Amino acid sequence: MWQSVYEELKDRGFIVITVALDKSADDARPWIEAAGPTHPSLIDTRHVLAELYNVVNVPTILWIDERGRIVRPNDVAFGADTFRQLTGLDSSIHLAALRAWVRGERPAFDADTARAQQTLPTVEDQRARAEFGLGQWLYERGRHEAAARHFERGGALAPHDFTIRRGTMPMRGIDPMGPQFRAMLGEWVQAGKPYYRPLADTSGRA
Amino acid sequence: MFTVIDDGIAHEVTAVVDGDRVFLSAAGLATLGWELHPEGLCRDGLCIPVSEDVAIETERGFELAALARVLDRPLAVDAGEHAAYLGVSAGERTRALRSLVAPDFTLPDLSGRPHRLSDHRGKKILLVAYASW
Repeated sequence: MWQSVYEELKDRGFIVITVALDKSADDARPWIEAAGPTHPSLIDTRHVLAELYNVVNVPTILWIDERGRIVRPNDVAFGADTFRQLTGLDSSIHLAALRAWVRGERPAFDADTARAQQTLPTVEDQRARAEFGLGQWLYERGRHEAAARHFERGGALAPHDFTIRRGTMPMRGIDPMGPQFRAMLGEWVQAGKPYYRPLADTSGRA
Repeated sequence: MFTVIDDGIAHEVTAVVDGDRVFLSAAGLATLGWELHPEGLCRDGLCIPVSEDVAIETERGFELAALARVLDRPLAVDAGEHAAYLGVSAGERTRALRSLVAPDFTLPDLSGRPHRLSDHRGKKILLVAYASW
């Protein structure tokens, strides 16, 4: 989904790096092969990125400037409008902002504004990630039932962390698009909690 | 043997397991890089003071949960599987993210070739986390 914007802007000192938070390279492979990316397209079975950047759902995007500084903290954006009916998010808002930043037409957030929009990990978030880490280690060793216990514990500790609650479904024999996911999502949304939390400007609210 | 995964690395240590409690041998504690001294829990000459209400050293060994508490790190334990995972504290992650310095990482692509984020320093980067689920 991001290949076309990469193609468009790559000669302006810009690169796209996509990271699949999947249980195996084979789970991500069909998506990657269909997209045919010429930018780095990486696999993250251990959720290294989620741990380092406090990623709690997908898609999550960040902008990093030439000096290696985060200038747009965790935000929600899609590369295309395939899921627009489900998500209510218009991909063109973020794409326009991204183009303007890369072309130097509009600066990204200054440090204070970037910090003000960050969501930082709580003690419970980190406990949940430890449970995920143990579960994932057990899963790699074929200890699937034991792994599931820790994935479930992690999800209970951080109910907003869908990289754990939904992302581990394929490791628990659950269809991540199926009735159990829909029930979880329904309950979440019914409680007035948003499944996607875009920053104000990309959501079109700013 | 008991496995403690610390900073992504699995260490085999000798330990006594009692219910959900895990007691490491002195050698086990040392395997994780720590020594208990009067001045605190020490690693590479740096010591973290241990408050009086935390008992790391017990008759059965060095309690893993107490170690995690002193280090302010989350701990997940599976006594039955003889494995535990020492995570990263919310404080450490928060400090890193507040600095706005993009945390570096190395991950493989489909062919297994590693890529490092900081190798792209000097470019504007769109970093995208996604998944098939």
